[in-house]
Amino acid sequence: MSVPLNVLFWIVVIPGTVVLGLLACWIVRKVSALVQWRVGPPLFQPFYDVVKLMGKEILVPQEAQKAVFMAAPLVGMAGVLLLSIMLWRVAFVPAKPFVGDIIVAIYLMVLPSLALILGSSASASPHAAVGTSREMKLVMGYELSLVLALIVVIIKTGGTLNLAEIAQHTTVFSISNMLAFLVALLCVQAKLGFVPFDIAEAETEVASGVLMEYSGALLAVWKLAHAIMLVALPLFLVIVFLGGFDVTFLTMVFRGTFEPTLIMPLVWSICKYVLVLVLLILIKNTNPRVRIDQAMKFFWVYCGVALVAAIILATIGKNFGVSWL
Amino acid sequence: MSWKIWSLKKSPWVFHVNTGACNNCDIEIVNLLTPKFDVERFGIKLVGSPRHADALLVTGVVTRQAAPRLQEVYRQTSKPCVVFAIGACACDKGIFTTGYHVVGPVDKIIREVDPNAIIAYVPGCPPKPEAMISGIVQALSVL
Repeated sequence: MSVPLNVLFWIVVIPGTVVLGLLACWIVRKVSALVQWRVGPPLFQPFYDVVKLMGKEILVPQEAQKAVFMAAPLVGMAGVLLLSIMLWRVAFVPAKPFVGDIIVAIYLMVLPSLALILGSSASASPHAAVGTSREMKLVMGYELSLVLALIVVIIKTGGTLNLAEIAQHTTVFSISNMLAFLVALLCVQAKLGFVPFDIAEAETEVASGVLMEYSGALLAVWKLAHAIMLVALPLFLVIVFLGGFDVTFLTMVFRGTFEPTLIMPLVWSICKYVLVLVLLILIKNTNPRVRIDQAMKFFWVYCGVALVAAIILATIGKNFGVSWL
Repeated sequence: MSWKIWSLKKSPWVFHVNTGACNNCDIEIVNLLTPKFDVERFGIKLVGSPRHADALLVTGVVTRQAAPRLQEVYRQTSKPCVVFAIGACACDKGIFTTGYHVVGPVDKIIREVDPNAIIAYVPGCPPKPEAMISGIVQALSVL
């Protein structure tokens, strides 16, 4: 990477991710609308929403812990931005990794949920308290499954903890990793707070639960953080399971050489990302909300058993050289 | 036009307050979200908390029990916001004018909290969804 390109990357990456996130938000709403046989919102709708929220009054509840309440959205936003920058770095500069970045990614993915728990429990609202307790249980539920699913991938790729090296393998073409991919997809569904795992935000029972007391610019920051998660989490799945996100074409264009043969890998990478996103949207639109005990049982018992089987299969496959196990 | 008002017109999020309606207006409001009318085309979204809302859709005559709650919900809505009185009862108490339990109509109760509140009226028993969309468009165009 030449120096001007490096600088350009760091200037573009944050606003670029935000714009992509708002676009992904629009895709979610538009595809949901099409599934329900509606027309759906215009392309710039998520942008209008955020601009409008920025201009609204910020109300802070009287009994709230003001500092924590105000800081939590920024912490969540910072965590998810850091995650997306790390993932873009894996895609754009695969030659300069640092060891164990998959572990950092796991920690950064928890940060928005933790910030949400902090912020909503600081808001002194009974509905938000119910939402907080649900969010906490949900985090405990899916984190175990997600880590186990990533262990399957790590076994499959020969014990590497490096995202750029994992991205070299299309791990999903084997029984164990297919299982792990399905479970990880559902974990991402829960991380994004999509139906059937929107238990913490359930609008019909706890009136948007965790986000209830947020208004104005603070809510806009939460919406932006969620938009960036819509980019970062499917991108993480693509990098870990589906053979990485190939942007060699873009880096070549930045350097001033146009290489038409490299367009196809880029288009294919974008297709993989959109495929993961549309899978999430379709699960969202075809399932009812589950109760929190059902969600925990699902992640710990059913997903747990599937993942233990996947780990055993992957270990056997690795030791005896059977690549499809 | 300031950017605040411009963006508010592009994405008015509504919160639905029932202050003693017979459920008929409420069903017509939910009707707005169905594929036939699909108000998400205009960025209108039904939200779960008054703190997220830009417009309150108030239905029903305001009963004695509901009046302080309506005022509290209005106070907790982040400004700028618009109040819609949906249906004959909310606009002018309708057939419940002489009811012993009625303290409404909606505009009187809201003006007790905020004399400068922006209130739009959509009459009808219940108003047609088309009438509600037209009311929302007209109210937003005078903002």
